This record gives sequence, structure tokens and C-alpha cells, in this order.
Amino acid sequence: MSYIEFLTTYGPRLMTGTLITIALTVLAGLLAVAIAFAAALMKLSPSMVVRGIATTYIEIFRGTSLLVQLYWIFFVLPLFGITLEKFTAGYITVGMNLGAYGAELVRGAIKSVPRGQWEAALALNMSPAKRMIRIILPQAIVVMLPPWGNLFIELLKGTALVSLIAVADLMFQAKQINGSTFLSAQSFGTALIIYYIVARFGITPSMRWLERRSLRMLGRG
Amino acid sequence: MNEDMSKYPLRLEGSDKPMVRFMNVTKSYGDLVVLDSLDLDVAEGEMVTVIGPSGSGKTTVLRMLMTLETINGGVIYVDGEPLTHMEKNGVLVPADAKHMRRMRANIGMCFQHFNLFPHMTAIENCMEAPVHVLGLTRKEARERGLELLALVGLEEKVDEHPARLSGGQQQRVAIARALAMRPKVLLFDEVTSALDPEVIGEVTNVIRKLVSEHNLTMLMVTHQMGFAREISDRICLFYRGQIEEQGTPDELFGNPQRERTQQFLRAVTEAM
Amino acid sequence: MFDWRWDFVWEILPRLIWATGNTLIAALLGYGIAMVLGLVFALAQRTPSRILTMVVRELVEFIRSTPLVLQIFFIFYVGPQFGIRLSPWVSGMAAIGLHYAAYLSEVYRGGIEAVPRGQWEAATALNLSTARTYFRVIIPQALPTALAGMGNYLVGIFKDTPMLSVIGVAELMHTANAIGSESYRFLEPFTLVGVIFLAISLPTAWLIRVFERRVRRSLGMN
Ligand SMILES: Nc1ncnc2c1ncn2[C@@H]1O[C@H](COP(=O)(O)OP(=O)(O)O)[C@@H](O)[C@H]1O
Ligand SMILES: [Mg+2]
Repeated sequence: MSYIEFLTTYGPRLMTGTLITIALTVLAGLLAVAIAFAAALMKLSPSMVVRGIATTYIEIFRGTSLLVQLYWIFFVLPLFGITLEKFTAGYITVGMNLGAYGAELVRGAIKSVPRGQWEAALALNMSPAKRMIRIILPQAIVVMLPPWGNLFIELLKGTALVSLIAVADLMFQAKQINGSTFLSAQSFGTALIIYYIVARFGITPSMRWLERRSLRMLGRG
Repeated sequence: MNEDMSKYPLRLEGSDKPMVRFMNVTKSYGDLVVLDSLDLDVAEGEMVTVIGPSGSGKTTVLRMLMTLETINGGVIYVDGEPLTHMEKNGVLVPADAKHMRRMRANIGMCFQHFNLFPHMTAIENCMEAPVHVLGLTRKEARERGLELLALVGLEEKVDEHPARLSGGQQQRVAIARALAMRPKVLLFDEVTSALDPEVIGEVTNVIRKLVSEHNLTMLMVTHQMGFAREISDRICLFYRGQIEEQGTPDELFGNPQRERTQQFLRAVTEAM
Repeated sequence: MFDWRWDFVWEILPRLIWATGNTLIAALLGYGIAMVLGLVFALAQRTPSRILTMVVRELVEFIRSTPLVLQIFFIFYVGPQFGIRLSPWVSGMAAIGLHYAAYLSEVYRGGIEAVPRGQWEAATALNLSTARTYFRVIIPQALPTALAGMGNYLVGIFKDTPMLSVIGVAELMHTANAIGSESYRFLEPFTLVGVIFLAISLPTAWLIRVFERRVRRSLGMN
């Protein structure tokens, strides 16, 4: 079977898988960003309990493997009466995993804003929430965007593990096609190339665009 | 570079041959011409100081001689042999890495920011190249290093890392390190510019000592006009990549001929 | 429902600990390969050859932006298609070593680029050979910068070893899975795997930070 034939036969299945992968990436990405900001702000809280919760979450999710977390959430959580559908379990696990890494990024970026900015905002008698939202975060976001770009690529790669709980993403389709055709180079090779294209021509340029926009907003563009 | 190389001699002969000769040397970065057909000779044992406004190409002259920059035209000779070129079938062709490595042995350089290796002590800085380039035994290299560190007045600081030395001390280690390679030509690029005023004297004293006690050929860039006048055999004033005027210190400082020289000297004396 | 059985824990713990040994071996072997191959990738991008630099750069990007689990499958299954059979261990180590080599090459590159230009120039002025310049002048100074990244990826490779279970390497996850399908109990094995990972990666991360500080100090830098 020529490669062209392979593509015409199995291309549609790989495309369906790619769409699932993209959906997982977007949902997990949104979740990761939300959790990362929440956990980072919690870690800056004056309350030890709040800080403790955030630290525990971050250390557990950074200290163990994504695959371990995925199996635990999918196979063990139901024993506690929480049963998630596999697609949901998939993006929630990936989102929570990368959210823990993102939390450290957000925290680092917030801390990198010079002290003088906090003091100036305080001197203008802004409320703590205003200081954070109006003064600190806009400057922190510029700092954290480039590493978030790398994190989203890690996230895209992380979604491939969801195939192991039978979510029909790109990785899953490649494995199925390989199982029925034994054309390993074609099926896995094509999947590799598709992941690469999504990362290099989807995620990276979008992040660059966001970086430029955020710089412009700060008048540094 | 499609220059006709036949006008350049394959080597310089005769007892009066200079230690260093820049012959028609041109250097540019893109469209910016930094050195324009430079001709400059330095005789054996001579101390030549290069002065001139910032950006006039002084550092570039030294860096080309140290082979840190390639040139775009002309030839540089060291001790009669071409440095930037080598002979191949009776014509000069651009030097290969091997030729440059051999020729580089003639030259040593001290930098504005010292560039000591921070993870090595003073003596290790001085021993590294003698052991691994010249092939000295560690014992020989250590003796040589100790002698030179004593010469620059640092026998107490032999085993210190650069981070624990003052700027003046670091620069003196750098001079010892360069001397340990026994170069024929020693280059100084603004070696006192990064120093606090009170330690400049430590370094200039070492250079003074080298001039009076050793027959080294030296090429120095400095902004210290008094020191240049006192110590140099000849001063070259650079302006926009060319030698605007040159002469003995007394000629150049006492009776400058060119309008630009007078302007430059006036500007630096006013700043003092 | 929720019934944690300690007797079952004690029963399976020896097997899991034995598998932890395999996990650690896999992580260290993979890391060894990655350290060496990563240096090759990094130095290849510093040769004067534009083409080589570009090809290696793109290869590194490719490896970094595609999933490790897919790379493991690719290396394991593509060989037999062309008559080369690689054992799970060999293909697993190749995949994980290659994957992390791409990351480590970036760490090395960052470290090397952080060494001031004057250090290269001083080495040239002293006529040191290229090899000597790298190994005695540049790499020792690049190391403190690179160590933090290198440490992170050591922990990273350890946490990625469960992916080797997909081709049957008998590491922790694979063993926990096997226990689960034999006994129909997943709570204890999967939870224990998580605990073992935490128990190793948290102290390791801490030790790496201590080590990093000591290296900086011993090189006379701060
Ligand atoms: N790597 C480089 N790329 C482009 N321009 C350079 C580079 N190095 C030096 N120049 C330019 O060459 C000119 C001469 O520089 P330099 O020799 O350092 O001057 P000086 O030492 O007299 O102050 C300056 O205009 C400088 O900007
Ligand atoms: Mg200069």
C-alpha cells in the first residue's frame, strides 16, 4: 500500500482523532490556566490553611506522573463514588496536572514584578484586589506568556496519554490503525507529524501573537 | 574579497623588518567600514599607544591582531610572517585554523574586563595554557606562574579565585597569565578603564616595569593620556578607522599638527 | 466502595518495591543516554555548518513537540516492520533517552550561551584548543546555569517512566496494572504507586537544589 493510499484510507480517521486531541487540548488548557491562577493566588494568601491547600495540590500533581494520576482518577475515583466519563476524566486530569506546573509559573511571574509597583499601588490607596488585577497581573502576564507557550505544548503531548483509557484521540486512532494494518511507520509516523504541526503551526504562533498583543498593551510593542 | 594578492610579499625579510605590520588592512561590519586601508608598523621592542575617540576602531586593531576578528582586505604580518594569510603554491591565501593557531603563539592580550577564568585560582589561570598549549609540565608551569605573579606583586594571592580579588588584582593576574605564554607582542585594550581610580596605579606600574625591564613589543589602547605620554615610544591617534596623526609623545602632545588631534586632545584635557 | 485493605497492601508491597528498582534503573539509564546525546545535539548546533545546525535544531523541535508515548510506540513497532526486533527495554530506553536528549540539549545550549563572550576570547588569546576551551573553560562555567534544568529533567524522566508500561517494560505502573487485573483491586496498587512517586521525587528535587548550591560554591561562583 503506498503512502498516498494509506492517507486516503485512514486520513479521515486520523483527522477525527486530531479533532478530539484539539478539543482535549483546548479544554485542558482552559482548566489549567484557571487552576494555575487560582493556586498561585492561594499560595500568596496570608492564611496558612489556604496556602497549605494550594501547596498540597501543586506538590502532589508535580510529584507524581500524569499517567499515574490518570489511572487513579479513572479507576480509583469511582470507588469513592465519583465516576467521570473517560473524555471528561481525560481533560480534567491533564488540566489539573499542567495547572500545577502553571501555578509555579504564575507565582514566579507575580513575584518578578518589582516591589516598587506594589508600593506605588498601595500609595494610591488601591484595594488588594485592584492592586493585583489592575497593576500586578498585567505586568506579570507579559513575563509568563513565553513559558506558558512551552507548557501548552507539554499539555498537547499530555493528552496523548488519554488514549490509554480509550478516548479516541489521535494517538488512539494511530494505535488502532497500526493494530489492524501493521503499518507502524505510516500510522505512528503520520500521527507524530500531525502532533508536530499542531504544536509548531498552531500553538506556537498563537502564543507569539498573544505575546505581541500583551506587549502592545503595556506600550512596549 | 577579490583582492589581487600579488602586491603583498610572502614574508618580510631583512634585519629592519617590523615585529608587526598592518598592510592596507580593511575591516567592515556589513556596510560600516571600521578600518580603512590601515598601514601601521610596530618595531621590535617598541611600545605604541593608540588613542582616539570612542568607536574610531582602536579595539578592532588589537582584536584583528589577536585573530579575534577576521579582516576584509590587506595582510597583517607578525615577525615577518603573514598572520591573516599563509603561503600556498607561491601565493597568499586566507589562513586556515592551523596556521592561525601557530601564529597566535606570538601574541598575548589583556582585556578591559580581564576575562579571567572564574572557576580557576590565580595560579591555575596562569598555568592552564602553558600546560595545555605549550606542553610544559605542571611543575614548570607552576614555577613560571609563581614567578610572574611575584612580578605583578601578587605572590600572596596565588591560590585565590578571581571573585575574591579586586579589579586591579584581577587585571594583574591577567597580565601574568598573558606573559606566561612568552608572547613576542603583548596587547593591552583599555586595561584600566574598568578599574576604580585608586587601583589604576597598581596596573600601570606593572606595565611600566614591563617596558623598562623587558624587551616586549607592546600595542596599547588607553584613555590615560598622561600615562601614554610617559611610557610610549610612539602615539597613534585614530579617527574614523584611519591614523589621523602619529609621532613621538612629545611631538603629538606638544605640537599636534592636525586640527582633529588638537580637538581630541583639548576635549580629553578638559574632561580631566 | 471505599475499603482500604492493609493486608493487601503488605501482600503487594514487595512486588511494587521490586518494580520501583526497575523504574529507577530505567530513569537512570535513560538519563545517562540523554545527557550524552543531548551534548551531541547541543554541540552540533554550534558547528560552523549552517545545514547541520538547522537540521539538528528542527529535529530537537520535533522531538520536543511530539508525545513521548507515541515515540515509544513508534520506536518499538517500526523496527519489526523492517525486520529489526528491539526488546521493550531497548526501545524504551532509546525513546526516553532521545526525548530527554532534546530537552537537555536546550539546557546545555542555554548554559553555554550564558558564558560571557570574553571567556571565549581569553581562551583564544591563550591559544587553547577548541576541545580544551569547551571542557576546561566553557562547560565548567555553563554547568551551574545548566544544573537547575538538568535536575528538573532528572525528576521529569523518572516521572515519565510509567509510559514504558505501554510496551511491557515491567516498571511500577506496569506492575500495578498487573496486580489490578489479577486481583480486581485498583485502589491499593494505584495509590501506592502515587505514594512511591511522591516519596522519591520530592526528596530528590530537594537534594538537587542542595547539590546545585554546593557546585556553585565549589566552583568559586555564587
Ligand atoms: N561585532 C561588531 N558588529 C558591528 N559593529 C561593530 C562590531 N564591533 C565593533 N563595531 C563597530 O566598529 C567601530 C569601531 O569599534 P571599536 O574598534 O570597538 O572602537 P574603539 O575601541 O575605538 O572605541 C564602532 O563603530 C563599533 O560600533
Ligand atoms: Mg575599545
